[in-house]
Amino acid sequence: MTSLLGYLGGEDGRNILSGLVNTCVLWVVGTLLGTVLGFLTAVARRYGPRPIDWLLKACVEVIRGTPFLVQAYLLYFGGPYLCLELGGASACLTLDPFEAGILGLTIYAGAYFSELFRAGFDAIPRGHIEAATTVGLDRWQTLRRIILPEMTMLVLPAMVNMSILLLKETAVLSIISVKELKFQVDIIGNRDYAFVEAFTILALVYWALVELCGRAGRYAEARLSRYRFAHS
Amino acid sequence: MSTVPAIRVRGLVKRFGDVEVLSGIDLDAPRGEVTCLIGPSGSGKSTLLRCIALLEEATDGFIEIDGEPLGFGLGPNGERMRLPQASVRQVRAKIGMVFQQFNLWPHMTALGNVAEALVTVHGMPRAAANAKAMAELDKVGLAARAEHYPSELSGGQQQRVAIARALALEPRIMLFDEPTSSLDPELTGEVLSVMRGLADSGMTMLVVTHEIGFAASVASKIVFLDHGKLLVEGAPGTVFGKPRHPRIEQFLDTYLDRGAAGLL
Ligand SMILES: Nc1ncnc2c1ncn2[C@@H]1O[C@H](COP(=O)(O)OP(=O)(O)OP(=O)(O)O)[C@@H](O)[C@H]1O
Ligand SMILES: [Mg+2]
Repeated sequence: MTSLLGYLGGEDGRNILSGLVNTCVLWVVGTLLGTVLGFLTAVARRYGPRPIDWLLKACVEVIRGTPFLVQAYLLYFGGPYLCLELGGASACLTLDPFEAGILGLTIYAGAYFSELFRAGFDAIPRGHIEAATTVGLDRWQTLRRIILPEMTMLVLPAMVNMSILLLKETAVLSIISVKELKFQVDIIGNRDYAFVEAFTILALVYWALVELCGRAGRYAEARLSRYRFAHS
Repeated sequence: MSTVPAIRVRGLVKRFGDVEVLSGIDLDAPRGEVTCLIGPSGSGKSTLLRCIALLEEATDGFIEIDGEPLGFGLGPNGERMRLPQASVRQVRAKIGMVFQQFNLWPHMTALGNVAEALVTVHGMPRAAANAKAMAELDKVGLAARAEHYPSELSGGQQQRVAIARALALEPRIMLFDEPTSSLDPELTGEVLSVMRGLADSGMTMLVVTHEIGFAASVASKIVFLDHGKLLVEGAPGTVFGKPRHPRIEQFLDTYLDRGAAGLL
C-alpha cells in the first residue's frame, strides 16, 4: 500500500496527473464531437436523400463491427497514405497521436450516438410532430423546439452509458502512443516491474471517473424525470 | 359573404396506395356553427379531418377555407395545382386542431405548450406570449395548472390545455378528432363543457365524435360517413329522427349505450 501511494508523489505523480488530464480531454472532447457527429449523421440519414442514408449506414456498420483498437491503428498508421490531390498540391491525413486519438474517438462515438439518436427519433410519437405542424412550426423549428429536446430526454440514459464505455476505450489509445493515463501507467509499470500497483491505480482512477459520470447522469435524469413519462 | 361556408370540400379523394379511404367527399361546414362528423370505425373520419388540417395531402379534390383554396388550387389551364408554401401557411393559420391523443409536448409546461407557437412562429416576446397563454388557460379553467408538465395533468386537463394551445392562435375554425375518446368517462364532461362554451361563443367547429349526445345537442349539422362516402347529412333531428337510414340505425345500436338515448 505504501508503494502504491509512493507513485502518487513526485515525478510519477505529475505524469499520472498529466495522463489523467489527457484522458479527460480525449473523453470529453471525443464525447462532445461524437454527439455532434452522431446527431448530424442521424439527421442526414432521416431527412437526406436515400443514397446518403445507405452510405452512412455502411459507415456506421463498419465502425460498430470492428474493434476500436483496430480503427485507432488504421487511422494513425494508415492516415498518412490517405492523400487528397488538389491542383498539384496534396494533403495527407498525417496526424499526431493525440489528434488521431480525438478523431478516432469522435468517429467511433459518432457511429454509436447516431444509432441512439435514430432510435430516439423513432420513439417520438408522430402526433407530437403533427401538433407542431398544426400550430405553424416549420421543419426547422419543429426539429429545434420539439424533436431535439424530446429526443434528448429519451436517449439521455443510453448516452450516459455510452460515454462511460467511451471513457474506457480511451485506454486503447496508448498503443498509438497517446500520452493518456494508461500510457503513463505503463511506463511506471515497465520501469519498476510494478504492474499490480500501477494497474491498481489505473483501475481506481477509471472507476472514480465512471462513478462521477454515472452520478452526473443520474442527477440529470432525476431533473428530467418530471416530464419523461408523460403518457400522451 | 355570409353564404360562403367556413369549410368547403369538393370531390375530395384520398388513397393510401391502392386503398381508397375517401371517395369523393363534398362537404360544407357553415360559419359559426358546429358540424359533427360521425360514422363507424375506419370510415375515413380522421383522414378527412387530417386532409383539412393538411396533415395528409388529398389525392384529388379541393378544400376551401373561407373561400380561400387550401393546399391545392386551379392552375391557368384549369388543372389541379399545388399552392405555394406561403399561401399554405397563411390559410393553415386559420385552422386549429385538437387530437384524440392530446399530443402535448412533454418537455414543456402547460403554459409553455400554449405559448410555444406565439413565440416561435409569431415572434411574440416571451412575457406577452406567457400572458396570452395564461389567459387562454384561464378560459379552460386551468390557470392554476400553468406550471405543470403534461405528465402531471389528468387526461381531461391535458386535453383542455391542447384546446387552449390551439385557441391561443385565434383560429377561425377548430377541428376536433375524437377529443374525448381516450378519456375516462368521468373526464369527458369537462372537455365537452369547454367545447360547448366554445360553440356558444360562435366558433366554427368540425368535430369527429362518438358522443352522440353531444352531437345531437350542440351540432347544427350532422354528417355521417360510411366507407369513405358521405352517406347522410342534415340537422340532428333529421339524421337521428325516425325513420332512420339503416346504416345509421346500425351505427346507433353500437353507440347509443353512451347515455344518448334520451336525447334522440
Ligand atoms: N397512413 C395510412 N396508411 C394507410 N392506410 C391508412 C392510413 N391512415 C388511415 N388508413 C386507413 O384508412 C381507413 C380510414 O381510417 P380513418 O383513421 O380515417 O378512420 P376513422 O373513421 O377515423 O376511424 P376511427 O373511428 O377508428 O378513428 C382505415 O381503413 C385505415 O386503415
Ligand atoms: Mg379516427
